[in-house]
Amino acid sequence: MALLNIFKSDASKRIVLTRGHVVSESSRCVQCGICSYNCPIGINVRAHVWRNEPVNHSECLTCGECVARCPRGVLSFSEIDIFARREE
Amino acid sequence: MRYVIIGAGVAGISAVEAIRSVDNTGEIVMISDDPNGYYSRPGLAYYLTGEIHDTALFPRNKADFQKLNFNFLRGRVTHILRKDHALIIDGKSRLAYDKLLIAVGARALPLEIPGSNVEGIVKLDHLVDAKNIVKMAKWGRSAVVVGGGITALELTEGLRARGMKVHYLLRGDRYWSNVLDKYESEVVEKRLEEEGVILHHHSELKEIFSKRGHVSEVELQDGKKIKCDMLAFAVGIRPCLELIQDTGLATDRGILVNEHLQTTDPDIFSAGDVAQAFDPLTGKSILDSLWDPAREQGRVAGLNMAGRRTAYLKSAAFNVTRLAGLTTTIIGVVGRGRDEDMIGIARGDSETWRELPEAIVAQSGFDINHMRLLIGDSHLVGAILMGDQTLSWPLQKMIASKADISPIRERLMEPNAKIADLIAQFWMSWRKQTAL
Ligand SMILES: Cc1cc2nc3c(=O)[nH]c(=O)nc-3n(C[C@H](O)[C@H](O)[C@H](O)COP(=O)(O)OP(=O)(O)OC[C@H]3O[C@@H](n4cnc5c(N)ncnc54)[C@H](O)[C@@H]3O)c2cc1C
Repeated sequence: MALLNIFKSDASKRIVLTRGHVVSESSRCVQCGICSYNCPIGINVRAHVWRNEPVNHSECLTCGECVARCPRGVLSFSEIDIFARREE
Repeated sequence: MRYVIIGAGVAGISAVEAIRSVDNTGEIVMISDDPNGYYSRPGLAYYLTGEIHDTALFPRNKADFQKLNFNFLRGRVTHILRKDHALIIDGKSRLAYDKLLIAVGARALPLEIPGSNVEGIVKLDHLVDAKNIVKMAKWGRSAVVVGGGITALELTEGLRARGMKVHYLLRGDRYWSNVLDKYESEVVEKRLEEEGVILHHHSELKEIFSKRGHVSEVELQDGKKIKCDMLAFAVGIRPCLELIQDTGLATDRGILVNEHLQTTDPDIFSAGDVAQAFDPLTGKSILDSLWDPAREQGRVAGLNMAGRRTAYLKSAAFNVTRLAGLTTTIIGVVGRGRDEDMIGIARGDSETWRELPEAIVAQSGFDINHMRLLIGDSHLVGAILMGDQTLSWPLQKMIASKADISPIRERLMEPNAKIADLIAQFWMSWRKQTAL
C-alpha cells in the first residue's frame, strides 16, 4: 500500500561533508533502525550507535543518508580522528 | 551461578551484556512472553508511518545473541517463589535462580469507555499491536484517536500516513499542555492540520458504538457523533506489577529499588519501565518510561547482580522525539508545577544559531526552530528544542551538570535576547573549563 509522505524527516535538508565521519550520541538513540535501513551500502549504523562509537566503517561513503533520516538527531558529522576519543 | 532475567526489552538485554562483561561463566536465562523478543518499541512509530519495514526493528540477530551466550525461553512467568529462589513459567514449569532481574516493563492502560470490547479498537504497545493496526488501516477509511503525549501523536501520524481520515480528540484546549507551552502546542497542531488531521478540542469520548462486532461510531460528551472504522487510544501506561503482587516485594507505583536497583529482596533486582528507582540526589523514587534510562538501569542492575557494586545515577530527564515531523528534545523540567522562582523564556530561530562547530550539528534546516529555556537561580533546569538540534547536546550536558550560568543569566532574560547565541558562546567556554 502506498503511504502518504508526511511527518517524515525531511531527507532533502542535509549537510554533507566529504571529509569526516559520522559520530553518534547514543543516549538519544532508541535503536529504531532507520539509519541502518537507509544506509546504501548496508552498514549496521545502529550497532555503532549502541556502542557510542563513530561509524568507523571503511566503506562508509559519508553520504549523510543516516544523519538526515534519523528522527532523533542521534547522528552528526565530525572531523574527528577515528582513533581518538570523541571530543565533545 | 544462575542469573535469570524476566523480560526481553532493552533493560533485560542491557543487563545480559553487563553481566557478560564481568562474568564469562555464569549461566544466564532470559524469559519473555513477547513472541517477537527484543525489538525497538519506540521504532514502532516509524513502522506505522512506513519509514521502516518491521524487520528493521530488530537490533540484534542470532549471531549477536549467541555471542552473549545466554538461554532464551519463550513463556510467561506466573509466580516468583522467593523462599525457594524459583520461578513458575506458564503456571507449570519451574526454574531456579540465584539472582533475578524483573524487567517486565509497562503496559498501556485500557480504555474504560462503554462499548470498548469490540473489534477495531487499537493501542500501540507491542509489535503485534502495530501489525494489527497496519492490517486494519485502510486508505480512505476513518479513525478516531484519543489520548495524549507522544504515543497518541504517533498513532495519529501513522494512521494519517496510511491514508486514513484521522480525527484527533483533545480533552483540553491544546495538545500536551502540561509539557509544551502555548506556542509549542500551536506549532504541533498547525502542522497536524496542514497534513489533514482533524482536531477536536474540548472533546471527550462518551460511548462507542459498533456494527457486527466492529467499531462504527463514537459519541462525545457534548453529544457530537463521529463515524469511524477504527478507534486508537493512548491514555497512559502502568508498570506491570501483577507478577509480584503476592511476593511481598515493596512497591509504590512501580517496583521500589534502591540506587543499586535492588528490591527489598537482596537477590532480586528490577530495572526499566517497571522499576521505580531511587535517586540519591533528590531523595525521591521515580518512574521513567524512557528507553535510555531503561538501558542504563539494566546495565547497572546487571553489574550489581554479578557482584560489581555500582550506583545508578539518574540523569536529567531527557527525551528526543518527533512531534508532527519536528524533531523535539525535552530536557529536565519544562512542564507545569515548576518552582515559583523559576523563569521560563522562549524564542524562535536565531540567525547565528548554527555557528557552532560542525561536530555538534545534529539536524538543521527545519522551517521552524524554537527553543525554550527554564532558568533557575544559578543554572538551567530545563529546555525544549524544536527543529534545529544544534544546541540540544550542549543544553543536555549543561542541565545535567547544573552548569553555573550566572555570567549570562541576566542577559538571557533581557527582552529580545539572542538566547541561542548566548547559550552557544557560553557552552564553548564552559566546555573548555570543564574539559568535557
Ligand atoms: C509506541 C512507543 C513509543 C515510545 N517512544 C519512546 C520515545 O520516544 N522515547 C523513549 O525514550 N522511550 C519511548 N518509549 C518507551 C520505551 O520503549 C520503554 O521505556 C522501554 O522499551 C522500556 O524497556 P523495558 O526493558 O523496561 O521494558 P519493555 O520494553 O516493556 O520489555 C518488557 C519485556 O517483558 C516481557 N514480559 C512482561 N511480563 C512478563 C512475564 N510475566 N513473563 C515473561 N515476560 C514478560 C515483555 O513481553 C517484554 O519483552 C516508547 C514505547 C512505545 C511502546
